[in-house]
Amino acid sequence: MSEHFDPYDADRPLMMGCSCGRHRSGAEHAAAELRARSETADFELYSNEFIEASLVKALFPQDAVRRRFLRAVGKGSAMAAIASVLPVASLQAMAQEKGGAIEKKDLKIGFIPITCATPLIMAHPLGFYSKQGLNVEVVKTAGWALIRDKMLNKEYDATHFLSPMPLAISMGAGSNATPMNVATIQNTNGQAITLSVKHKDKRDPKDWKGFKFAVPFEYSMHNFLLRYYVAEAGLDPDRDIQIRVVPPPEMVANLRAGNIDGFLGPDPFNQRAVFEEVGFIHLLTKELWNGHPCCAFGTSTEFIQKNPNTFAALYRAVLTSAAMAREAKNRELIAKVIAPQAYLNQPETVIAQVLTGKFADGLGNVKNVPDRADFDPMPWQSMAVWMLTQMKRWGYVKGDVNYKQIAEKVFLLTDAKKVMKSLDMKVPDGAYPKFTIMGKVFDPEKPDAYLAGFAIKRA
Amino acid sequence: MGFTRSLGFRAGLLSALILLVVLAIWHVATLSSAPVAAAAPALTPEQIEYAKLMGKDPASMASPAAATAKSGFPTLAQMGAVVAKNLASPFYDNGPNDKGVGLQLAYSLGRVGLGYLLAALVAIPLGFVIGMSPLVYRALDPFIQVLKPISPLAWMPLALYTIKDSSISGLFVIFICSVWPMLINTAFGVASVRREWLNVAKTLEVTALRRAFEVILPAAAPTILTGMRISMGIAWLVIVAAEMLVGGTGIGYFVWNEWNNLSLPNVIFAILVIGVVGMLLDLMFAKLQKAVTYVD
Repeated sequence: MSEHFDPYDADRPLMMGCSCGRHRSGAEHAAAELRARSETADFELYSNEFIEASLVKALFPQDAVRRRFLRAVGKGSAMAAIASVLPVASLQAMAQEKGGAIEKKDLKIGFIPITCATPLIMAHPLGFYSKQGLNVEVVKTAGWALIRDKMLNKEYDATHFLSPMPLAISMGAGSNATPMNVATIQNTNGQAITLSVKHKDKRDPKDWKGFKFAVPFEYSMHNFLLRYYVAEAGLDPDRDIQIRVVPPPEMVANLRAGNIDGFLGPDPFNQRAVFEEVGFIHLLTKELWNGHPCCAFGTSTEFIQKNPNTFAALYRAVLTSAAMAREAKNRELIAKVIAPQAYLNQPETVIAQVLTGKFADGLGNVKNVPDRADFDPMPWQSMAVWMLTQMKRWGYVKGDVNYKQIAEKVFLLTDAKKVMKSLDMKVPDGAYPKFTIMGKVFDPEKPDAYLAGFAIKRA
Repeated sequence: MGFTRSLGFRAGLLSALILLVVLAIWHVATLSSAPVAAAAPALTPEQIEYAKLMGKDPASMASPAAATAKSGFPTLAQMGAVVAKNLASPFYDNGPNDKGVGLQLAYSLGRVGLGYLLAALVAIPLGFVIGMSPLVYRALDPFIQVLKPISPLAWMPLALYTIKDSSISGLFVIFICSVWPMLINTAFGVASVRREWLNVAKTLEVTALRRAFEVILPAAAPTILTGMRISMGIAWLVIVAAEMLVGGTGIGYFVWNEWNNLSLPNVIFAILVIGVVGMLLDLMFAKLQKAVTYVD
């Protein structure tokens, strides 16, 4: 008789929640399994490389510059240069003397229960925060406006954001201007346009005149992508369709009630609408802009300045988590870990379909799109510039916008430039790779020209 | 005596009958209508996989009777299972985002109690002053009339913005919504104490303090308690809305969390719990009210 089952223990229920018999629930079993995976030398190596690669990418967005820099100064001083800027410096110090100088141990991090928050949430049960010497409480929050308010009144130390939110808050759009930073992008792709089952034959957006759509928040990629998509089809998102701000769970309920015709929302609610048999997935946002950012992990500039080491530890925990989430083989277990009541509170099969990319589309087909949701943490500043162009396009911000200045202030890619200057390096202009959105190339160097190229706009 | 007893008995019987009828209607209304199509032909592998992803058991799909409505209004059996599950372990605590319904209730009751107590501490003395002075009564009346009908949710953004703390904001909202009935009723009760009693007190030359505590307070007590009872009802109404908005803990958060999961049985369970607790709170005040009522 192995110790795993032990039917003669009076305090032990006979029906254990997991297959190996050692854990109270399947979720705990999955968490233990993932924790074990995270403790292998293989993963540690992988995650360290992942973090370092992320940072080097952040410093040298252009390949040519990176090569020139590495050749000129050599690997050693390149690493020293990287190490001397936030947050790498503290990260490396942390690696050597763990828990050395954390300014604030007990932290509260807010999250909205959607799959976009996966790295942030799973870092908790997997122990990534405590491994960095932090005592983190991840708090489920009722809505984006509340996230904003709780960040502004400092109830939360850091939070899950919609990535345009820190831009908006920093600029004072929809709130008092308070400087916020995006440390990492939480997830890329992972959204979808879901339509009511009654519109199965209306797959062309040109037929959508008069439709009512829901998005989770005004300053969200959901809103900007939906507007972009319908405008490309020749519809004016303010006049030809109606866009309402509705919390995601209510999107599904409203879809069932026939109050809305569809939504561009976060997962798992697209998949949940399919699961409830009230909607079908019209398209994944990946098909509009493959690799688009959605949610972010961030905090206030003040918090980073006051607690640089704490921030570095947090940053490392979240990046480790992202490294784990990026590996396809972990996705099914992750779904088990984050599905229970304490986190997403959703049927596990719904979460698993979102994360593994093998899903029912609501039209009777099983689709296989492994990168339906991904977790690439790079906060490219050109993404911020694109968001700003869309804010301006639809009249959320008025007047002249200094795109790059705001993007660089908010999307934290490290203070690399200072160091490079001190090394007599030619400073790259920032992190501005180009993107292709619905076949149109976005050049972050010419945001105003890009904006002028749209037929439908407010500005 | 026999008559009242039989009236009570008959009323109880009627209540039970109504409950049974409601449950029967519920049961009939949620009976899953068997699919019109007869036993489905052999499914292709893709169809089987699709059914699994949709949370259905493909094996049972072949026999139409077993196909149950997964979503929509819960059946009585589903409802019973949810109630049993929630009541089986009401006090478990799995961290900040997952607590048993008993614990959530305790949080809500604590919040309501505190906010309500603060409201009583402000409203009753202030009501006394207002009731004793017709001048103050008239001067404050317009403010009270304007503030009284404001919905709790309208206060929430303002409270969050100015107080900068969500739990204190929740308390404030309970406070601000439960203060008015107590204030108005206290003022009314104090103002309508019989003139003769006050005149007797005056001729006996009792001090102002003694007059307040030994003449006015007992005379106005039933009215004051009526106000307190109304306020408690309002405070209990407000807490659910406030907690749904603020999140974190409490029965309102429980409702929000289950709404997030689109779990109707749990929401219905929470509604029942809220109703029962509200009734108990009201009963408590009814008892108190009886204790202070007097006959002229």
